[in-house]
Amino acid sequence: MNGIALILRVLRDGETELAEGLLATGQRHRAEHEIFHVSTDLAQWSREHAQRIAEAIEREDHARPEEASGPHSDLVPRSQNREPRPERACSQPALLLLRDLRDLHLGASANSLYWEMLAQAAQARTDTRLLSLVSACHPQTVRQMRWTNTMIKSLAPQLLTNL
Amino acid sequence: MDPSTDRIAHPWGGRTPYAPHEPWPVRVDTHLADGVRTGEVQRWVQAASLLHSDGDAMDIAVKDDRIVGVRGRAGDRVNHGRLGPKDLFGWQANASPDRLTRPLIRRQGRLVEVDWPTAMGAVVAQSKELLDEQGPGSIGFYTSGQLFLEEYYTLAVMARAGIGTNHLDGNTRLCTATAGEALKQSFGCDGQPGTYDDIDHADVIALFGHNIAETQPVQWMRMLDRLAGTEPPRLLCVDPRPTPVARAASIHLAPRSGTNVALLNALLHEIIRTGRTDPAFIAAHTVGYEELTENVKDCTPAWASSICDVPAARIGEAAELVGSAERLLSTVLQGVYQSHQATAAAVQINNLHLIRGMLGRPGAGVLQMNGQPTAQNTRECGANGDLPGFRNWENDEHVADLAEVWNVEPGSIPHYAPPTPAMQMFRYAEQGSIRMLWISGTNPAVSLPELSRMRSILAQDRLFVVTQDLFLTETAQLADVVLPAATWGEKTGTFTNADRTVHLSDKAVEPPGDSRPDLDIFLDYAARMGFRDKDGGPLVHWADPESAFEAWKHCSAGRPCDYTGLTYRQLRGSTGIQWPCNEQAPNGTARLYTHGITWAHPDVCESYGKDLITGAADSVVEYRSLNPDGKATIRPGEYLPPHEVPSEDYPFQLTTGRTLYHFHTRTKTGRVPQLNAAAPEVWVEISANDAVELRLDEGDLVEVATPRGAIRGRLRVTGIRPGLLFVPFHYGYWDTPGGYRPEADTTGRAANETTITDWDPVSKQPVFKTAAAKLTCIESSDGRVSPAPTTTASAPVEGSHLPPTSGGVPAHSTQEVDRETEVNG
Repeated sequence: MNGIALILRVLRDGETELAEGLLATGQRHRAEHEIFHVSTDLAQWSREHAQRIAEAIEREDHARPEEASGPHSDLVPRSQNREPRPERACSQPALLLLRDLRDLHLGASANSLYWEMLAQAAQARTDTRLLSLVSACHPQTVRQMRWTNTMIKSLAPQLLTNL
Repeated sequence: MDPSTDRIAHPWGGRTPYAPHEPWPVRVDTHLADGVRTGEVQRWVQAASLLHSDGDAMDIAVKDDRIVGVRGRAGDRVNHGRLGPKDLFGWQANASPDRLTRPLIRRQGRLVEVDWPTAMGAVVAQSKELLDEQGPGSIGFYTSGQLFLEEYYTLAVMARAGIGTNHLDGNTRLCTATAGEALKQSFGCDGQPGTYDDIDHADVIALFGHNIAETQPVQWMRMLDRLAGTEPPRLLCVDPRPTPVARAASIHLAPRSGTNVALLNALLHEIIRTGRTDPAFIAAHTVGYEELTENVKDCTPAWASSICDVPAARIGEAAELVGSAERLLSTVLQGVYQSHQATAAAVQINNLHLIRGMLGRPGAGVLQMNGQPTAQNTRECGANGDLPGFRNWENDEHVADLAEVWNVEPGSIPHYAPPTPAMQMFRYAEQGSIRMLWISGTNPAVSLPELSRMRSILAQDRLFVVTQDLFLTETAQLADVVLPAATWGEKTGTFTNADRTVHLSDKAVEPPGDSRPDLDIFLDYAARMGFRDKDGGPLVHWADPESAFEAWKHCSAGRPCDYTGLTYRQLRGSTGIQWPCNEQAPNGTARLYTHGITWAHPDVCESYGKDLITGAADSVVEYRSLNPDGKATIRPGEYLPPHEVPSEDYPFQLTTGRTLYHFHTRTKTGRVPQLNAAAPEVWVEISANDAVELRLDEGDLVEVATPRGAIRGRLRVTGIRPGLLFVPFHYGYWDTPGGYRPEADTTGRAANETTITDWDPVSKQPVFKTAAAKLTCIESSDGRVSPAPTTTASAPVEGSHLPPTSGGVPAHSTQEVDRETEVNG
């Protein structure tokens, strides 16, 4: 398997996980209304990314059929291979919220780095189709990171000083 | 013109037609109490209206130390003597027999009368205890759009530097937060670019979600007079209801609720496609045009048509209208601000003006409006979730500058995070981290979304609620301490309308009983708390309205909202004055940005901008690289579907809004006979198509339910867009047996029983326009009709033959055309 196909698969999984993470965080914190609504909107971005990456994987496999069944996950460890945490694991809902936002931020950051790798490889291969996929999706991943960062910055002072 | 007119039946009075670029003729409207003649008025005291954001200038008539009427101020630049129905009749609420006259305190579950030292002692003791135990983050202030500038400024100093809390916001969050945010996003700084005088010059006026006929009736009179004159302007109306504006418009678009961004992106797409941009203006004054072009390249009218449910051809015609305008004036209000993607939509309207070069000259302007009269002051003074004087909380130099004005250490002004918006404050109170909430001049138990949740937050034992108001409102009934406040006509102060016009409103009569001006209450609290500056002097070092105004002038010096050229003496003149008013502009400033964008430079801007979809803050580094020279920023926004859409269980969209005859939650207007009789009860509007399909008729008693709650009202069949229901938001419970909530086992009547808790992530303004609802018929009309006015957007469909809304003799007011008085513009 070539490296691009490999990263595409990792990123597809990463975007799928982030979509699930965003939805789960929203559901877990339904009473945090801004978190609930915005995370649901942002999950849609990741879902669309995963869908478009899946199409790119098909194209890649079609172009290089002999490589399609090669090993992949051994080479690049999945960054977000987390077990879902039980809600009770954190006694304070405020802390749980901050931790969930942190996890989302890290997930989006990991995806962002993979997008970066893809962009570089696409340029090296002068693959305009892949480049346009990256330039359509990567900015939204960065916006997901900024959102989690902004929410943490706004909420942390009140939540942490009033425990 | 008929000198005596029933101004409930004819809310906008008689016409005084005028041509473009001519001055708007003066017409003086007067209403005096029954039996009082003009000659008997002992003195006329200068004031301006507090019942909508026009700030109509008026004189209060006083006889035997009682207010007996009002008269429009002929020479004032805002209203040229005219008054709206709320202005003409609203003053009567001051004398209601149920005014609060003594402080109340909750003992054994009941509110009992006490004296001021006892009440303030309790508030101060609670404040000090919480500061010791938990720190400043445990105390929040939620204020109004109804106080005076001097009061907001004092409150801002007290909360931010005295208590040191980040939790201070106004109910202007519900009405004008998006206006302020949209201006910051586009121009780097708050401040209305245009002026009401632009109505005199425009050849096209586009009203986006703005039923100006009911929200700012006097400026609608101005538009009606232009429409009646030669070379009238053409109007574009975007509103799902058949408002008076829609009926007068050349083009009326009635989009599905929550789809403004799709519609606006299609308008921008068409204007760019047809080459109707102003490339020289774009190059000289903006950044971001390429991103906008990219964002709207696929947003064709056909694409928007399927989202908005508006014919593509009509969108094309609308684009043609705004694209061919030579002098385009746009106005914006709650149909945009309280809807889904509020800021993204409001910013696209700014973009329309930026790419067409429609700014900074007569007739070419944008009015991002306010629903509340002194909303502008909460924004300027920092009582709304910004720092005073449009300072940037992320800019250390701005914070240091403010600290110098207040003579405190910069670290004592919270600026580690954005000031907390109102909806988040209530969430903190719900969670228990805010334990004292001081609510002044507003009524969240009726005006905020999802009322059962609001009531449960306010009723918590662990939350100490202080309210400061004129009446025992729904909110006050849930409070621990109630402070009786004086109001308009009983105290002196200044306030600023939506087009930056500052008016002085003087005290005409004494307040009832022991009630006190809000300023005196805040000053008393500051003194009892012993707030100090860094040299040990009093932090709040002023003692009355005029000295508070002087302190504010010092804070505003050199800022966009510069008041340094104004004095009380000057404001006691013939007309209001628009800020900035300083040495360079001693007579005020009609329009901002007449010579380019002036407050967007990275060193001076109020905000570095936010992501229009997520609300995430941009950093100073990004802002500097995007906009190093401080031009206007063209920010694109992509359309997202609303968060709650109709389903099988909830097949309708539900929207809420205002009516001409009431203000806010009827705290005052519900106590005014003429206004109350014009719209005494809540109602439900439905389209004629839906009524036929569901076999419903005018006057049927129906229940509107959402996943949050339900209300009952009588049905009015109108020309509203099919699939949409409308409910006015003003009605609560103070005049029902329930007092502050629906009676046990009955269904409510406050629209906000049903609305969703959701807000725009950029401006944090709650969404009141896009709930999904179901409708059930409870009983048929049996000949009864809906209490909805017939004179407004709730007018029945043609051929209904309902009795027209009228006020009869008690609503008769005079209107005299005055060709002599000159208005100073």
